[in-house]
Amino acid sequence: MAAASQRDEWSALSDILAIGAAGFLTILGLILAVAGEDRAMAFHGCLLFAASGLALIYMLTQFVEKREPADTSGYADGVIRAGVIATIIWGLVGFTVGDIIAWQLAFPALNFDLPWTNFGRLRPVHTSAVIFAFGGNALIATSFYVVQRTCRARLAGKWSPWFVFWGYQLFIVLAATGYVLGVTQSKEYAEPEWYVDLWLTIVWVVYFFVFVGTVAKRKDPHVYVANWFYLAFIVTIALLHIVNNVAVPVSLLGTKSYIAYSGVQDAMTQWWYGHNAVGFFLTAGFLGMMYYFVPKRAERPVYSYRLSIVHFWSLIFIYIWAGPHHLHYTALPDWAQTLGMTFSIILWMPSWGGMINGLMTLSGAWDKLRTDPVIRMLIVAVAFYGMSTFEGPLMAIRSVNSLSHYTDWTIGHVHSGALGWVAFITFGALYCLVPWLWHRKALYSQRLVEWHFWIATLGIVLYITSMWVSGILQGLMWRAYDQLGFLEYSFVETVEAMHPFYVIRAIGGLLFLVGALLMAYNFWRTIRGDEPVDATDQPSVAAAPEFRPGEYTAPAE
Amino acid sequence: MEYEQVASISQVAALIFFIVLFAGVVLYAFWPGNKKSFDEAAKLPLEDDPESGNEKDN
Repeated sequence: MAAASQRDEWSALSDILAIGAAGFLTILGLILAVAGEDRAMAFHGCLLFAASGLALIYMLTQFVEKREPADTSGYADGVIRAGVIATIIWGLVGFTVGDIIAWQLAFPALNFDLPWTNFGRLRPVHTSAVIFAFGGNALIATSFYVVQRTCRARLAGKWSPWFVFWGYQLFIVLAATGYVLGVTQSKEYAEPEWYVDLWLTIVWVVYFFVFVGTVAKRKDPHVYVANWFYLAFIVTIALLHIVNNVAVPVSLLGTKSYIAYSGVQDAMTQWWYGHNAVGFFLTAGFLGMMYYFVPKRAERPVYSYRLSIVHFWSLIFIYIWAGPHHLHYTALPDWAQTLGMTFSIILWMPSWGGMINGLMTLSGAWDKLRTDPVIRMLIVAVAFYGMSTFEGPLMAIRSVNSLSHYTDWTIGHVHSGALGWVAFITFGALYCLVPWLWHRKALYSQRLVEWHFWIATLGIVLYITSMWVSGILQGLMWRAYDQLGFLEYSFVETVEAMHPFYVIRAIGGLLFLVGALLMAYNFWRTIRGDEPVDATDQPSVAAAPEFRPGEYTAPAE
Repeated sequence: MEYEQVASISQVAALIFFIVLFAGVVLYAFWPGNKKSFDEAAKLPLEDDPESGNEKDN
């Protein structure tokens, strides 16, 4: 009884804190909406006012109706279901905007000569939508799923997981609308201005406490390796985000700010951030996904748990030094460039160790690659991880970089990692999660997964091969001299030469988008509860736990 | 202290620090006594989602 009343007190305290915070943010939003010095700030004030106002009203209705306390015995899956849906929607937005700007590069008239639709503003919308909105939601949702299952504990916090979800969506909307309206601090992958950065910091700190709080509640002494990767992702992103975005706003009511660093220090801080966003957001976080969903789908433990420990510690200690390879042949001191290059090459080892660990998990069950397109997607993702982490260190070598830097080769490299690794491992995880979370016996259609896999793979191949050719062509044209020592080509001639490859790339992107649309349709039918068309072809692990034959049944949430 | 001195001390210190750290990680991972607990941990995702009872005591 004492424990129960203490829990009620905690619950009441968290209600009061949540309602108080929502009330404060509503007032803050109103102040910014009325007194904002520029229209973008006033608009963002309106968004904050609306979002926190709605949250306040929702929480007050819960409070006033004095509902029976929600059952806290099972796992908190509602917020994960919301995260899965957000991942799908933002993925479609991000892929669409990406393909639009790919066509703009091939046919510049598609800029429409409007400020809001030009390449410079839409490009950060694409990068932020795919990395932070699609990838970020996928990471938050899967981390909440994995940490609960592997720790056998319900998510910590009552309102906090939902605050993380909705606060993160608000961050995305503030960032994206800001870009379209021309609000940017001009740091690649860190474009949002100071006030949006502060908001993300708050959301991220709560995310950290929810995750760590859940790990702390575990009964089992072990913390499964996937959680280590997720935790490294959460902690390091917080650190990178805060250090890189130290800025002084011109006014507390305006959008404009100035970054605290200048010159080469600014460049180094930016690429320390930028490369570790790759290392800890797009790699460590998604490795957490790999270490849970590949063994789970293959129904066998990870190939070597020992290798996963060595993989984890060497990856995080080495990645953090690799950033300077973005600044070869700049004002950055030579020793720092050499340091970045050396650590990038050393990264081959942990990256390939991790890849082998993921691939070999299928050892003895390779036939699943033929029969289960979901595991094929997961394993091809790991193969792309190996390929792009081979290519990356190669491009970090200074003499290779002198050819590849500033060319489309970089874009091709990024997309072999982003489409092949990040998106494919996410698609694989989502194909696992949707039937499990919505308590379905199978996916609506496995044939559609096959189509998605092959169409998207063809799209990736078109994308990366066209960018290799275009990038190397571009690099060679830039460094071509005639007999008299003059540059052989003007810049615009290199642009003209790239046109056919830009068209091929845009077609590849379109195929990738079509594949994602098939996935969204498949999920819509699955979630709606339609009878699966080919349930007998699907492995038993495709079903939610309670529908798997002869296995323990978990109570519904 | 000269720049070169600071540079060489920090280089050697970092070299030793990282090698010791890496050796520690490898020793920890391959220590025979840890094998049992790693094998248990590796099975965590495969055990089916049982009811989480952790809420009951706090």
